[in-house]
Amino acid sequence: MAKVGSPEELARIDYSPPKKSWMDIPPEFREGRWCYGSKAKDHAVVGLPNPRAWSPADEDWKLPDNWKEIFLEGMRERLHKYRSFQLFMDICVRCGACADKCHFFIGSGDPKNMPVLRAELLRSIYRGEFTTAGKIMGKLAGGRKLTYDVFKELFYYFFQCTECRRCSLFCPYGIDTAEVTMIGRELLNLLGCNIDWITGPVANCYRTGNHLGIQPHAYHSMLEFFCEEIEEITGILPEPSFNRKGAEILFITPSGDVFADPGTFTAMGYIMLFHYLEGLGLDLTWSTYASEGGNFGFFTSHEMAKRLNAKMYAEAERLGVKFIIGGECGHMWRVCNQYMDTFWEPPKSLETPVSPITGTRFEHAKEHKMIHICEFTADLIKHGKLNLDPSRNDPYRVTFHDSCNTARGMGFFEEPRYVLENIVNHFHEMPESTIREQTFCCGSGSGLNTDEFMDMRMRGALPRANAVQYVHDRHDVNLLSCICAIDRATLTTLTEYWVPDVEVSGVHELLGNALILEGEKKRTMNLRGEEFPWVEEEEEEEVEEAAEEVADEEAAGKAEGEE
Amino acid sequence: MGVWVSFFAVIVLIVIPWVGAQGAGQYLFGIVIPYVAVLVFILGFVYRATKWAKTPVPFKIPTTGGQMKSLPWIKSNPLDNPSNNAGVIARMALEVLAFRSLFRNSKLELREGPKLDYASNKWLWIAALAFHYTFLVVFIRHFRLFMEPVPGFVGLLESVDGFMEVGLPRLMMSSLILLLAALYLFLRRVAVPQLRYISLAADYFPLFLIIGLVSSGILMRYFIRVDITSVKELIMGLVSFRPTVPEGIGVIFFIHLFLLSVLIAYFPFSKLMHAGGVFFSPTRNLPNDNRVKRHINPWNYPVKVHTYSEYEDDFREKMKEVGLPVEKE
Ligand code: SF4
Ligand code: SF4
Repeated sequence: MAKVGSPEELARIDYSPPKKSWMDIPPEFREGRWCYGSKAKDHAVVGLPNPRAWSPADEDWKLPDNWKEIFLEGMRERLHKYRSFQLFMDICVRCGACADKCHFFIGSGDPKNMPVLRAELLRSIYRGEFTTAGKIMGKLAGGRKLTYDVFKELFYYFFQCTECRRCSLFCPYGIDTAEVTMIGRELLNLLGCNIDWITGPVANCYRTGNHLGIQPHAYHSMLEFFCEEIEEITGILPEPSFNRKGAEILFITPSGDVFADPGTFTAMGYIMLFHYLEGLGLDLTWSTYASEGGNFGFFTSHEMAKRLNAKMYAEAERLGVKFIIGGECGHMWRVCNQYMDTFWEPPKSLETPVSPITGTRFEHAKEHKMIHICEFTADLIKHGKLNLDPSRNDPYRVTFHDSCNTARGMGFFEEPRYVLENIVNHFHEMPESTIREQTFCCGSGSGLNTDEFMDMRMRGALPRANAVQYVHDRHDVNLLSCICAIDRATLTTLTEYWVPDVEVSGVHELLGNALILEGEKKRTMNLRGEEFPWVEEEEEEEVEEAAEEVADEEAAGKAEGEE
Repeated sequence: MGVWVSFFAVIVLIVIPWVGAQGAGQYLFGIVIPYVAVLVFILGFVYRATKWAKTPVPFKIPTTGGQMKSLPWIKSNPLDNPSNNAGVIARMALEVLAFRSLFRNSKLELREGPKLDYASNKWLWIAALAFHYTFLVVFIRHFRLFMEPVPGFVGLLESVDGFMEVGLPRLMMSSLILLLAALYLFLRRVAVPQLRYISLAADYFPLFLIIGLVSSGILMRYFIRVDITSVKELIMGLVSFRPTVPEGIGVIFFIHLFLLSVLIAYFPFSKLMHAGGVFFSPTRNLPNDNRVKRHINPWNYPVKVHTYSEYEDDFREKMKEVGLPVEKE
């Protein structure tokens, strides 16, 4: 892991820009601020260009001789294919409204992390290589030529953007630097310049169905293991089914939830909910093929996003289900909401989602045939179908982090909050300018959640952490809940570094705690296997009571004997 | 550097008509250049706008700024997350007429602790509104010069605009506010370090041009008077395509007209095209209804995927071992 200074050191941020014009400052790859290069073997699996051994730290990136041509041709092609790209190259007025909205600028002070300048890095090439004024007047017209250094600079800064779209909310023309970054990364990919943390999962996902490369039998046994854990906690052993044809619903969730804490507790929450509903008529299957909700292809190119996304509808069709439920994940839902049914025509065999428990028709998903687990659960609660004991979550004082993608790429705010309201007793929102549509990124989204990038991650995490600190100080908040698998991993690192007393969870973990399963034994611990604080007291009381009883009996016995 | 280059460029643009608009030169500055400028504006604007319009929108990617329309009992936010075209029109209207996104603007402050503070910051929003709306008012006031009879609303606007009743001719608030707003937009560019850092010559130039334009107008109205009847004659000639240049119009008028000509000719090829571009912005002008209506990507193409049967071929034995169903035994 890259060395990261103390929080105090990190928080000394200098916002004053350098004297020299940004065009004259060559990129400097600073430790902890860049990610390792993509590996040849992963390129080979999915056919990414230019497979080779390389590192962004090298002088020579081993680009093909005609790299400039490839890049500019790719740019020309995309200017013709994406109105967004063409427009965003044309109309920025450099008003600066977006500048201090980016968590990476806030945390680093590096002016090239202002969204406007991040986009200008590419826009200057557009002007310098594609427009008449820029070609003739060069720098004066804000244009520059594509050089090796400029190319490296693009790599450095497009992998310092988490595609969170916060900038686009504030821009008076809706210029979305995330979109510019996405196209920028596509261009870098044309020359085989991606990062290992993205191409690795992409290759895994392509082959095994999920980012973490979990093979079907392992996926199966991991979930079985969760079931055993659930049995230990509740006395009840759920039996989820896999790849089952003829099921009514296919459930797809990010593999991160299967793989690592604290996501695993959320996975346990799902399993418990589905088990609970089985008695009420739920007919649901998991899939080891469509075992990934997330899509690191989205951080590579539109094409790769489409290639990895294919298996969702394909598997739904193969199994003959009626609709899909998607788990808690941010970028998965950005792709599913804004791209999936453009990439692929939904199979005819799917139907408008209808909750088998409440009969609710999800009309707002009638074309797309997929609903979010939180809207499914919110609907259940609204109809009084769930037997809940929120007091089991009483040790937690909870706040909620809106993931960027469900916030600004969907507008999914109330459903998870409604669920939370019904399953926890202590809930406190973070300040308004840091939640809902204005939410701050965890600092590690879009495939940047890797260890070698830690300095920048913790910098980007500062605004989110600061808001958590605020509710921690004011309301003793000790749990940061979220509906994103990447968040569950990255926010844990964030709180460890910035606000060590706060833990991270998914919403359905808390649901699993609160949900009263039929025939369950008296619960003494939460899904993490941590004993409830009141258990010990109760036990002591019980022991005391028992002792008293014994004493009474003895006394009575004595009295009897004396008689 | 950009500031100075732009500044001197505008100075030169003032000197040119000053020197040139004499004798026959007045035909050039009074007739030829304005016609050419308008032509360039129209052709340029149409060219740019059609270029955008012709570029496909492969994905429907609105930036959602509020709750989406979902279950009936969940309150949605149709303005910031429109689910249909009516909502989009309302969102766009607010964006274009009231600069709604800019209204959200906040200013970051890092304090000891560390503690981040996001103070509401409406100055840019106020200045931008003042700038654009007074520009509009000034523009409409000029209708007096190219319409005969002068429409009633122009007189009405003038009486509101001149309500302060100071000066002779009466001081028009709009010109003054426009000038101040333009100066503010310039000053913030040089005073805020980040903004100065990102600013290009192309950001200063239109500001100087507009400051020059407004100043020459104010000068002409209050200080270096020109014969307004002749000016109207010239302008009416232009709009009725029977151009003439009457005798004795002061050079200040030609400076004003030339700066305006440069501005409109420059418009389509500059960042000023944000005025047209905002209407095309795919993060604002589309409803968030992908789940209800399929959006078609006109250039969608087939891609190579890893199918289930390939997957099963890879893992069949392992799947069977743990009892996972397989298609082929
Ligand atoms: S807010 Fe929009 S127009 Fe203003 S500088 Fe940022 S991207 Fe450009
Ligand atoms: S998308 Fe997010 S990370 Fe990227 S420039 Fe905008 S605010 Fe910064």
